[in-house]
Amino acid sequence: MSESAAATPEPSPETVAIAVEGLSKSFDGRMVVDHLTMRVMRGQIYGFLGPNGSGKTTTIRMLCGLLTPDSGSGTCLGLDIRTESRKIRERVGYMTQRFSLYQDLSVRENLEFVARLYGVPKPEQAAAAALERLGLAGRGRQLAGALSGGWKQRLALGACILPSPDLLLLDEPTAGVDPKARREFWAQIHDLAAEGLTVLVSTHYMDEAERCHEIAYIAYGRLLAQGTVASVIAASGLSTWTVEVKGAEGHAAGQVITALSRALGSRPGVDMVAPFGTQLHISGRDAAALEAAIAPFRADPKLTFRQDAPTLEDVFIDLMGRSKDELR
Amino acid sequence: MSRPDAALGPMASARGVLRRISAMIVKEFIQLRRDRVSFATMIMIPLLQLILFGYAINTTPRHLPAAVFTHENNDVTRAILAALRNTAFFSFVRQVKSADEAEHLIRAGDVLFFVEIPAGFERDLRRGDGPQLLVAADATDPVGSANALAALAGVVSTALTRERFVDAPGGAPFEIVQHRRYNPAGTSQLNIVPGLLGTILTMTMLIFTALSVTREIERGTMESLLSMPIHPVEIMLGKIVPYVAVGILQAVLILAAGMILFGVPLEGSALMLAGVTLLFITTNLSIGYTFSTLAQNQLQAVQMSFMFFLPSILLSGFMFPFSGMPLWAQWIGEALPLTHFLRMVRGILLKGSSVADLQGDAVALLVLMLVAMGIAVARFRQTLD
Repeated sequence: MSESAAATPEPSPETVAIAVEGLSKSFDGRMVVDHLTMRVMRGQIYGFLGPNGSGKTTTIRMLCGLLTPDSGSGTCLGLDIRTESRKIRERVGYMTQRFSLYQDLSVRENLEFVARLYGVPKPEQAAAAALERLGLAGRGRQLAGALSGGWKQRLALGACILPSPDLLLLDEPTAGVDPKARREFWAQIHDLAAEGLTVLVSTHYMDEAERCHEIAYIAYGRLLAQGTVASVIAASGLSTWTVEVKGAEGHAAGQVITALSRALGSRPGVDMVAPFGTQLHISGRDAAALEAAIAPFRADPKLTFRQDAPTLEDVFIDLMGRSKDELR
Repeated sequence: MSRPDAALGPMASARGVLRRISAMIVKEFIQLRRDRVSFATMIMIPLLQLILFGYAINTTPRHLPAAVFTHENNDVTRAILAALRNTAFFSFVRQVKSADEAEHLIRAGDVLFFVEIPAGFERDLRRGDGPQLLVAADATDPVGSANALAALAGVVSTALTRERFVDAPGGAPFEIVQHRRYNPAGTSQLNIVPGLLGTILTMTMLIFTALSVTREIERGTMESLLSMPIHPVEIMLGKIVPYVAVGILQAVLILAAGMILFGVPLEGSALMLAGVTLLFITTNLSIGYTFSTLAQNQLQAVQMSFMFFLPSILLSGFMFPFSGMPLWAQWIGEALPLTHFLRMVRGILLKGSSVADLQGDAVALLVLMLVAMGIAVARFRQTLD
């Protein structure tokens, strides 16, 4: 795996928002987070990716002191995650995966509660200002439980940033939110980062990963890759071909793709085959072996073969497959 | 990035504590107000129970079914029966032909009383021989039978005097033989209202706080709350204080209704009564809160509350005289807040007890409260581990 971070000189502590080393946590003997080491710079939007149950939520909970790590150490905003979790809580906004504000309080009452708890001066005014900023001004009296998914997410983020934290931990904030609301959400995240806020955000969406400054990919509790999107793709060593069907459309083309996908899937050198409509993505770790594998099919006049850059999704699925092999 | 209380000395941090507690209190009150069903039960439970139990168990029972066995039929027996009917204590459902038949009715529960006017009652009465009138009572329910029995002697004597069968002055010209069957010891009636005050407060206070933490865990709001800068003690106090207000409201309702409807006196100091009740309310809230930190979900919390509530009713001296219980049961009773509260509240209301009389029980209640709070704070999971 790429250890490019190790090559760069040690940054000063003021510029690091999160630095953890060897963080581990197990539940009932099952290792959920396995010696995780990562670093997030201040003002960065850091994407946290990985399949379900990969340990993303557990890691985030350890960062804000909701879970105690079994081993390992680290700091959050320069504060020790083991001994100074109370101070960390004052400066971190944590948005949980499940909506966790009070459903039986109104939007305004929820914001006022958060403002009072954090000691925001003039909590009523602060809540009113937040309502305005969030575009929730007309819904202040509505019960939080009665809001739709997109508005709930907006309210939850608003409650997180109300006490002006230095770090935001967002656990799958856009799950189940429509594309428009997602785009607005990300625009807001970028605005906040521009103001100097550090954001750690976990997600399943590849397009969201590409909006992050840096990403980390975690599977089976282990960090498998981290860096910018381009560096993660480059470091994967994956070569990819795209096949397109000529002279056939719709169902006919689909059948050609399906047949080709079956034929290629079992050949040595081919690690991944994924159909995308009338196109097929073929990836392999060994470029020469992959080329040899597809060689017999390239003569087919109905198909065009084109060497392509792997997508982030290709890389992640490959990483997941590989780490599974290693665990066996 | 304004963080007013960080490293600003003890004054600022004390303000921070109060601010966070009051934020919790405001939140709890809003939730309480919005939960209309719970709010209605808070007011209705004490009143309904007091009226229901107060009237059903407590007041002098009327129209208790009785059987009568007269060996003769004359002016005297008719006068006695008429007088008994007029008291409204009894309603004569049956005229029986033999003592055996009456015995059977009592055992079957068809009648609670059996009056036997023996043969030659009139003759003996006129002669001044002091004949016997037998009244057998099913005293399994001592409260019910005791009053009727107490009224009996006066009623019969008045009736016979009025009808001029006997001379007014002088002792009773006859003797009433009372058999209190099955439960010769009766309990005092005024015990019931103070007892209800204690049991109603125990039940409502326990359940409301028992649900408070588990509800936050079940609804997922605990994760958010724990990620905010608030201490477990602050959460606990913020959740207990609103229910203290509810408890005071309930206590006032029960006591007012008890005094108006049942004529319960206040012999002792009202201030002491308020202090003792406040302490009792807080103790129960603390115990409920402890259950809340032990239970995994709301159902378990309710089950724990009931497991605590049942011995509270049975072993505290509310239902049965405390001193009549075996020693081991008394020890359990001493560990229940209701036991100490009942002694104090009965003392203050009925006997006019002073601080010196009650300090042992007050200290015991205080200790129970602190133990419960200690366990709650120790058990409160500040993390999700």
